[in-house]
Amino acid sequence: MAAHAALVRNLSRDFGGTRVLDDLDLDIAEGEFVALLGVSGTGKSTLLRALAGLDPETTGELEVPGPVAVAFQEPRLLPWRRVAANVALGLRAPDPPAVAEHALAEVGLAAKADAWPLTLSGGEAQRAALARALVREPSLLLLDEPFSALDALTRIAMHTLVLRLWRRHRPAVLLVTHDVDEALVLADRVLVLAGGRVRFSGLVDIPRPRDRDDPGLIQLRHRLLAELGVPKEGQF
Amino acid sequence: MSEIVLAPARDREAEVPAQHPPAKRTRRNHGWYRLISPLAVVVIWQLASTANLVAKDKLPPPSTIWHTASTLITQSSPAYGTLQSAMLVSLQRMAIGFAFGAAAAIALALIAGLSRLGENAVDPLLQILRTLPLFGLIPVFIVWFGIGELPKIILIALGTAIPLYLNTFAGIRSVDAKLIEAAQTLKLSKPRLIRHVILPGALPQALTGLRQSLGVAWLALVVAEQVNANAGLGFMISQATQFLRNDVILVALAVYAALGLVTDALVRLLERRALAWRRTLLS
Repeated sequence: MAAHAALVRNLSRDFGGTRVLDDLDLDIAEGEFVALLGVSGTGKSTLLRALAGLDPETTGELEVPGPVAVAFQEPRLLPWRRVAANVALGLRAPDPPAVAEHALAEVGLAAKADAWPLTLSGGEAQRAALARALVREPSLLLLDEPFSALDALTRIAMHTLVLRLWRRHRPAVLLVTHDVDEALVLADRVLVLAGGRVRFSGLVDIPRPRDRDDPGLIQLRHRLLAELGVPKEGQF
Repeated sequence: MSEIVLAPARDREAEVPAQHPPAKRTRRNHGWYRLISPLAVVVIWQLASTANLVAKDKLPPPSTIWHTASTLITQSSPAYGTLQSAMLVSLQRMAIGFAFGAAAAIALALIAGLSRLGENAVDPLLQILRTLPLFGLIPVFIVWFGIGELPKIILIALGTAIPLYLNTFAGIRSVDAKLIEAAQTLKLSKPRLIRHVILPGALPQALTGLRQSLGVAWLALVVAEQVNANAGLGFMISQATQFLRNDVILVALAVYAALGLVTDALVRLLERRALAWRRTLLS
């Protein structure tokens, strides 16, 4: 049996009588890049929070053998600690400042190590948050819509950066997103969450870098949009 | 004819955030203008006194006050001692009371801020204390603690503790839950969470509380020193009252005011240094 970065069985979560996750099963293999799609309110973030160990009120089985790191939709840097100190925060390593410096260089932020987080642009702050997640050498990296607040061009740059970092560090990634194209460009496997379960799972067996107009991607995009209940654009 | 150049998408977030022009210098340059009106009042006061428009024994002119102050500093009188020794006694009272009050306030705010149980145990008591009129406690304190140093210090400590507690507690509770959650994903231990997330997050409001505390504490000192002190600025004032020396009273009041100004400036300095991360203060 292949080693897994996360193994979820019969995971359920109620919010005041509403069942958001309902007997959900999910496997994420070591080093696998998984994108999780779903319309708003289907429990994507709930699942991610459960995997991050932030939700004690789930029922079912949840097995995450290795260290987990999270990057949220907002960078969530401590505004009163300089960027490098944010990256090194809580780090159990022989020389946290050096590790932080290296991680910042990796995301192209070496020059901002001594800056206050509030002086960073949105993209810079999100890169700092990625550096903070990656220095922990996670075997599972959870990304909760980390690019959704960025402008389109910055987002493309971030996609490239995330793929590069993923290739180098090889964590398993679970990327929660609203953006079908983002999922298709980045992931090995795209899941659609609906009715509290993984309703669709599609492998994206196309080498990277991927062309959005690749026929295989177009086909998968139609399928995903259909699964999400979205009619073809321009169709009445 | 138009030429189309498709350049690779640049890293857009490399944009430097807008640099704010330093507004500080202009403000500082204008600072001395603010001295004009107080100085004008002093000059008018002096002239009015010289022209016998105000009674010199009721309101001594600035020149007399200045002269009295320098005499009180250079010569130790049997009635008052020296101004600096009186000031030191008052300052020491203030420092001891303030230190105890501030330490208690921060400890209680942490207990109440960090757990529901702590809040339920501590907060109601502090809320009750808050509603009690501080100076109304003086007679009770005299009965309990006599007329020595203890009731004075307790009064100052209480005056310090309550605003500082209320603000620090509120500050702790207003720390962004999202930051605490992020800290949890970083596996921060509880002491580190307090040190890196909760205390710095509560600091802006705690400092607001600190300034309020200092105001109340100085007031408490002045009032406490009127009650049977045998040393300090308050003692100097009550002696001067008996000898009808309004000039001495005014000197002592000026020293109180100066001390209050100094501590306020210290807190401002602390704020500027500790809250340097806030954009509002940088710009």
